[in-house]
Amino acid sequence: MSSVELKAVEKHFAGGIIAVDAIDLDVPDGAFVTLLGPSGCGKTTTLRMVAGLEHPTGGEILIKGKRVNETPIHQRNLGMVFQNYALFPHKSIFDNVAFGLKYRGVGKADIAVRVRRALDIVRLPGVEQRFPTQLSGGQQQRIALARALVIEPDVLLLDEPLSALDANLREEMRSEIKAIQRRIGVTAIFVTHDQGEALAMSDLVVVMNKGKIEQRGAPAEVYEHPRSEFVANFLGNANFLPATVVAVAGGGISVALADGSQLAVADAARTVQAGEKVNVVVRAEKIELDGGGLSHASVLKGTISAVDYLGSTARYDVTLAGGEKVTTLATIRDGARRVGDQVNLSIAPEHCRIL
Amino acid sequence: MSRVLARPYLLLSPAILSLSLLMVAPVVFVLIYSFWLRTAEGLDVPAFQFGNWVNFFNDYFYWMALGSTFKTAFITTIICIILGYPTAYFLARAQIRNRGLLLFLMFLPFWVSYIIRTMSWINVLGKNGFVNAVLMGSGLIDEPMKLLYNDFSVIMGLVYFMLPYMIINVYVSLDGIDRNLESAARVLGCTPWQSFWEVTLPLSLPGLGAGSLLCFVLAAGSYVTPRLLGGTDTLFFPDLIYEAIISQLDWPFGAVLSIVMLVALGLVIAVYNRFMNLSDVYRSFAR
Repeated sequence: MSSVELKAVEKHFAGGIIAVDAIDLDVPDGAFVTLLGPSGCGKTTTLRMVAGLEHPTGGEILIKGKRVNETPIHQRNLGMVFQNYALFPHKSIFDNVAFGLKYRGVGKADIAVRVRRALDIVRLPGVEQRFPTQLSGGQQQRIALARALVIEPDVLLLDEPLSALDANLREEMRSEIKAIQRRIGVTAIFVTHDQGEALAMSDLVVVMNKGKIEQRGAPAEVYEHPRSEFVANFLGNANFLPATVVAVAGGGISVALADGSQLAVADAARTVQAGEKVNVVVRAEKIELDGGGLSHASVLKGTISAVDYLGSTARYDVTLAGGEKVTTLATIRDGARRVGDQVNLSIAPEHCRIL
Repeated sequence: MSRVLARPYLLLSPAILSLSLLMVAPVVFVLIYSFWLRTAEGLDVPAFQFGNWVNFFNDYFYWMALGSTFKTAFITTIICIILGYPTAYFLARAQIRNRGLLLFLMFLPFWVSYIIRTMSWINVLGKNGFVNAVLMGSGLIDEPMKLLYNDFSVIMGLVYFMLPYMIINVYVSLDGIDRNLESAARVLGCTPWQSFWEVTLPLSLPGLGAGSLLCFVLAAGSYVTPRLLGGTDTLFFPDLIYEAIISQLDWPFGAVLSIVMLVALGLVIAVYNRFMNLSDVYRSFAR
């Protein structure tokens, strides 16, 4: 069953700006769905429309099968976590967490029990009497999460909840939010521009661009099988090689690069014909430097033009014989390569996608 | 004191010097003057005696004047809150272009002399003034209403003068409230009104308090407005100070009244500071 459904939902702002352009989305019950995209892609507007903080210009929003377009915000029973925590600075932690319960007519004794349980869930027991400013950023975000969860919302909405935290804390909170969500089983919609967060946390990643959904799928599917140049680029380092199809046989496709060197591609999702101009996508970390271990891999010759030393790995810019530039990401074993080194790049057919 | 520690005081010295010379020293002189003796010939003789103070404490009239002054200032402040808060809320929250222009227009009257602006109320409220002319012309009343030279016109003039101070203080406070807080309250189950009571109003209280304090202190200390718009029975404390010093040339007693005014308003500020943060008053001026 779908927890949240968007049917051709769109949002136009004054001045002819189309923030969200007729998107359809099904969020299954209990799923963790991430809206991923650059700023201005419409992901936050979409989330705010589900919350009721923005009104859709067109289309229909359903929560638990019921149309909520006309339901005011305070009657939607949602939990929301904001990027800047949005804790009430003039209220104690107890009053912050109890806030939603108070407006649901929960009795005082029951409120105390439920607030305590919520603080236990976010692993911050005993802070009831403190005030938000007395807590660190990470702790404040935990309280914000407790405040959103204590009302047992139909859907948990997370608007970039991690981006205000520093890098180490971000990863910790990332796994914690995911663990809590899984334990409670609440449906979650998460908005982020960080592909790492999206891939690590989600059951379903929805990549958005310019108000439209570019692609949706499980994290591995979206990462491994990008269906557009935008998705390939936005999720990780992707190389684009312009090529001409030479031969098609069964599931195998052979393409030629600018200098004539051949590349074997195994992409069942696309049907191409010989002579067709295509773009081949290969992820940087899938290219092996002087690997040679893979017998069925195509080998391309190139020269290293730039080295980015990253500690355990290095990123190399390699210029191929035909002039194409390729980026590879390789684990460093016996020292990094240098600019000017001649290298052989091995690319397995199953790691090549045709766009 | 080391050189590093001395540097802030060195940089502050022009301010400290001018404040001491222009603010502290005159107040000290006034205090000293309040102990001087006024002779029958009208000469003030240096002395240290409490006669002037005894006269003040024994005369019920001055206490009434102080009470009436504070009452007028209080009413002015309440009206400024009622008129100013919605205006500030509109300025801070409405989706309008030209917000800056509206704020500018609010302060535009400050470019005209305060006295001229106050006197212009005579043309509005007077017997043949605008209000009476319109009401009589439309046949609503037969006789001109007495709108001028009473407590009503004094409060009117004071509200007119204080309102921008109230609005700007509340505006700054409202403008600083994170909109997500209101959104959070709404998502958690508040109606728009409930979210206003729970979040917006409490968080704007510092601005409201600062504006109220400014209104009250400035209104209670104002002299021109009651003088120009008040009637013969209008009792305003600063006016009595003027009378004592300029009309009766009784400087020692004028000094007593001045010190009383200073202490009374100081007490108001002290009480305010007990419950609110005084630094909020300065914040709106920092903008």
